[in-house]
Amino acid sequence: MDFLTIIQILDSTIRLATPLLLACLAGLYSERAGIFDIGLEGKMLFAAFFSAAIAYSTGSVWLGLLAGIASSLVLSVVHGLASITFRGNQLISGVAINFLAAGMTVLVAQDWFKQGGRTPSLPDEARFGPITFPFADALENVPILGPIYSELLSGHSLLVYVAFACVPLTWWVLFRTRFGLRLRAVGENPAAVDTAGVSVVGLRYAAVMICGVLCGIAGAYLATALQAGFVKDMTAGRGFIALAALIFAKWRPWYALSATLLFGFLQAIALRYQNIELGNFVIPVQFMDILPYILTVVILAGFVGRAIPPRAGGEPYVKER
Amino acid sequence: MDKMPQWADVVLIPLISLILAAILSALVILAIGENPIDAFNLMVQGALMRSAGWGYTLYYATNFMFTGLAVAVAFHARMFNIGGEGQAMLGGLGVALACLYIPWPHWSLAIIGATVGAALFGAAWAYIPAILQARRGSHIVITTIMFNFIAAGVLNYLLVNMLRPVGAMDPATAKFPEATHLPTFRDMFSTADNIMFRGAPANVTFFIAIAACVLVWYLIWRTRLGYEIRAFGHSESAAKYAGISPVRITVIAMLISGALAGLMSINTTMGESERLILNSTEGAGFIGIAVALMGRSHPFGVFLAAILFGFLYQGGAELALWTNIPRELIVVIQALVILFTGALDNMVRMPLEKLFLALRRRDA
Repeated sequence: MDFLTIIQILDSTIRLATPLLLACLAGLYSERAGIFDIGLEGKMLFAAFFSAAIAYSTGSVWLGLLAGIASSLVLSVVHGLASITFRGNQLISGVAINFLAAGMTVLVAQDWFKQGGRTPSLPDEARFGPITFPFADALENVPILGPIYSELLSGHSLLVYVAFACVPLTWWVLFRTRFGLRLRAVGENPAAVDTAGVSVVGLRYAAVMICGVLCGIAGAYLATALQAGFVKDMTAGRGFIALAALIFAKWRPWYALSATLLFGFLQAIALRYQNIELGNFVIPVQFMDILPYILTVVILAGFVGRAIPPRAGGEPYVKER
Repeated sequence: MDKMPQWADVVLIPLISLILAAILSALVILAIGENPIDAFNLMVQGALMRSAGWGYTLYYATNFMFTGLAVAVAFHARMFNIGGEGQAMLGGLGVALACLYIPWPHWSLAIIGATVGAALFGAAWAYIPAILQARRGSHIVITTIMFNFIAAGVLNYLLVNMLRPVGAMDPATAKFPEATHLPTFRDMFSTADNIMFRGAPANVTFFIAIAACVLVWYLIWRTRLGYEIRAFGHSESAAKYAGISPVRITVIAMLISGALAGLMSINTTMGESERLILNSTEGAGFIGIAVALMGRSHPFGVFLAAILFGFLYQGGAELALWTNIPRELIVVIQALVILFTGALDNMVRMPLEKLFLALRRRDA
């Protein structure tokens, strides 16, 4: 394996890790506020379709992004209504949202475009194009650092850089602002927050909405940057890998970055090599596919670094018992 | 004192939820430019008006009864088993191994072997999440989701690399031997001059599903174990105080749940495709969630809800065939049912409770 191959694999790692990272941070906000969200997958899928559909019909990728975020927010409102206002089961609500998105996207896509549940391919101007860093071309031939700068770091779409910028931002919001402190408190002990005169419902809705915005960006990235258009079930379990990464990251932003990069790396490897031969032992491609899930189960089992979720996670808050 | 009479809780709330889901589905159909009433008529025609339609409806219903019961049993112990899909996939593996490698003389013996295989493999796949929940406190919902994906990967590997016959292209096992083929409804109910259930895949497994409903009812409401499961589900601390071991109940309830989900594959793998294919479960494991919620976790409710979803599935296939409405409409309806009967339960319940309280006050 030569240096350029490694650079290419890492480059595709970054591209594949981006939707995972956005969805993982989305889940982070929601779960830190005590709202479990297994509907990340559905929100991303919804956003992927509506961003592709609007970007195609208007020709503007920005309108597409807005549509993606708006559609994801609609599902967030449903989740908020079910799990905050009506104090229903958050997990069941998440399952319902996933199915709603899986069905509605194909139904609407078939009605609008009549292409078997997909959008037409997006032309380049309706997609997020690569951003080339200054001097990237000039520095390409510098040994080692040249390819790292011009291949690995430069040339991604805007949303990739947005996703990576969200990591320090999330850390700052959660751990250095008053809002973040309250948000974390509402996930650990909502009664205490309520006693302090802060609205539990308001905070939780805010968290669920932030989650919707991030899922919306993730979905828009899938359909308008990573690929050119929407196809049926295009999230392909990414929402669940993001959920796994969230547990892997123990609900922390910087860990989330490393977890999603690791899982993105596994996807990049699985995409590039069918089977990996180590001497006379062959690792089948299916093993690479399921490795994130196995790692998550191991982490959940608490054999390697125990993952402890926010204490009030999954429980609706009732003011007076 | 209960706020509502029991019949309202058991009948009225699911019914209102179903009506809400139906109204929204009708709006969706309207929005894509079709007539909901015509669509409903077409579904009824295709699913219920011909014996072949019933043959498909009951075939799907058989799957949903097993997966619905699986989710329901776990619900009784206050656990949410999303892993029915993975457990059913592994159950299919058990069925395939039992059918392929044991020379059965007759289907009636083969079905016993396949039942054991399906139940064992399904239960084994539920065992790990169960023991992790019971002993290590890892959340069963997350682990069962992960195990769904792991099951898909494992099955993919086994079918592509090990079980696929030499020279075959598609990832599936060889055809099961003739002696293991289950009698279909057509074989059972047709007479010489009147062929019933032509071409429909419903088979004897339907009766196993009904037996499973009865057995689960007996288990949950008539045995000591069932009582312990329900007690544990109502209050873990009270159950502990009464000497019920949480570890034991968690594991046993999940084993039963996994076994039931696994049994589904007798119907699909042995009864219909007669070989193990890659996507034999077709999401039935997830529909079990909707069925269990709709049926209020009671075996009779599960039975009715499974038939309803069987009708929706077969009707949806007819719609996809004759109109511009894709099959995914069923996924939307399923989502709405899960949403209204599961997550938004209180939205229906709160106003109803107020109504009943007001009525009672007037009586007093």
